[in-house]
Amino acid sequence: MAAVFEKTNLLTDKQFHYCPGCNHGIIHRLIAEVIEEMRMGKKVIGVAPVGCSAFAYEYFNCDMFLAAHGRAPATATGIKRARPDSLVFTYQGDGDLASIGTAEIVHAAHRGEKISTIFVNNAVYGMTGGQMAPTTLLGQITTTSPKGRDASVSGTPLKVCELLAAVPDTYYVERCALNTNANILKAKKAIRKAFEYQMEGKGFCMVEILSACPTNWGMSPVESMKWIEEKMIPYYPLGVYKDKGAEQ
Amino acid sequence: MALTLMKGSEAIAEAAVRAGARYFFGYPITPQTEIPEYMAARLPEVGGCFLQSESELAAINMVYGAAGVGERAITSSSSPGISLKQEGISMCAGARVPFVMLNVMRGGPGLGSIQASQGDYNQGVKGGGNGDYHLITYAPTSIQEAVDIMFFAYDKAERYRVPVLFLADGIIAQMMEPIEMPEMIDYKVDPEKKPWAATGWEPGDDPEKRAQITSLFINTEELSAHTDELQATYSEIKKNEVMYDTYQIDDADIIITAFGTVARVAKSAIDELRAEGIKAGLFRPITVWPFPDEALAAAARKAKAVLDIEVNEGQMLEDVKLAVDDKRMVDFFGHCGSLMPSLEEIKAKVYQMKEKM
Repeated sequence: MAAVFEKTNLLTDKQFHYCPGCNHGIIHRLIAEVIEEMRMGKKVIGVAPVGCSAFAYEYFNCDMFLAAHGRAPATATGIKRARPDSLVFTYQGDGDLASIGTAEIVHAAHRGEKISTIFVNNAVYGMTGGQMAPTTLLGQITTTSPKGRDASVSGTPLKVCELLAAVPDTYYVERCALNTNANILKAKKAIRKAFEYQMEGKGFCMVEILSACPTNWGMSPVESMKWIEEKMIPYYPLGVYKDKGAEQ
Repeated sequence: MALTLMKGSEAIAEAAVRAGARYFFGYPITPQTEIPEYMAARLPEVGGCFLQSESELAAINMVYGAAGVGERAITSSSSPGISLKQEGISMCAGARVPFVMLNVMRGGPGLGSIQASQGDYNQGVKGGGNGDYHLITYAPTSIQEAVDIMFFAYDKAERYRVPVLFLADGIIAQMMEPIEMPEMIDYKVDPEKKPWAATGWEPGDDPEKRAQITSLFINTEELSAHTDELQATYSEIKKNEVMYDTYQIDDADIIITAFGTVARVAKSAIDELRAEGIKAGLFRPITVWPFPDEALAAAARKAKAVLDIEVNEGQMLEDVKLAVDDKRMVDFFGHCGSLMPSLEEIKAKVYQMKEKM
């Protein structure tokens, strides 16, 4: 019998440790499929973050680094400067990228580093057990905002695509979600575009993906998808925030 | 070979380039800014890359990336900047990514002063970042010595897969001396020699050879095995890599211990003391980690007393006391706050000790 679908060879056979309903698995698969389809051979180097996806270095079937918390764009910068022909990507969560690593991400974009960042925004710190992130929605209850996020105490959720689109040398920024099959395909296309721009020697690219965290949101996987649709997408609108390639 | 008069920071930077360093990541800070300035002009000439990072934190993590693909990477900074790098230094020590860095020490704590100091001995030697790790730490006394050490520093770093630290001070970086500069070597990444590095891998290749550069070992047994391996490496380094220099110690009653530039003041003091009939000698660690404890212990056994001189409040003193047996008087003289102990002060201290001997 002919196989109609196979697991991409850019993922190892290591069993994911992610919780049921978590979207990291989908995002890993999309990235891996894109790399496989682009036939990058030996020229792929990924950088995993600190957070739930720290163990991405065990899952992506290519040369991998684990960076210090928030520093993945700096580590990727060192890699890319030394290996300009390689496809270099960082995989970062919202605590990693939007909190402790804001300087590194903004300056990688500012220098126009030819790297691609996949930013997974689930509005919460996952690995440490559900603390407030810079992207936690107003009123959202977390272990460190037990009465709901209060703007007067913790400010208003940070919009990373909007922020990075304003940096002159950012080349391409798009926000995606995985709540429908159509959106999953859009996310895959966005990842592909970011990687292709990188290999064409264009500037810094980032794809933000709104992602479910049923465990720390205290919801079922189905409720989580609904919450993304009803709460996250209205605050974090999907779409292309910058695409210098399309402008030309 | 001809001697060239060179400023310390530029000579050390040039030596690094000739030793194969092609990637410099750093941030300006006095008194070492001439190193990044030199690299900014020099590295593009040899096909390398200089990048001024947004912070010292970013710089050390860029080094982690470039060294992780097997290249010879370097960063430099001065005391407060080195504090910022500790996260990445510990990461590289844990992930066993070799590179070379320079701490051109200035006064501390905090922002301290911009004058030369030795206040980061403990930070460099006892570990400034988290966890059980060591750096091979060299404390050059002259520009030539720094240049000579730089020439083999990468070989040591790569042989043991540990970061190497130069614990220099502002004087080394800022003064000029005639230098004999070694010839450029041709360094190329050899994946056979660096099987751990991210040198290219694809599905179908040997899974064991896929680079997974990490300092995270979530399973305690795995971490324990990893740190055991690190400790075994440190034991090897202690066995093989201790370096020190001595001056007039064979018949010395008083041995002065000092590292870096202040050892030169001590040497002058020893010459004057000898002319005045006092048998003094110098024991100068070149590696402050591994500390030359056995050699110092042996030297001290023939003397009556040991005087430790530092440009701090006595940080190496602890290692000196651990090495020297308790039958000998061990005393200390030093200043913090970037004041170099003077020849007269050192002599006065020796005379004071002489009365108690």
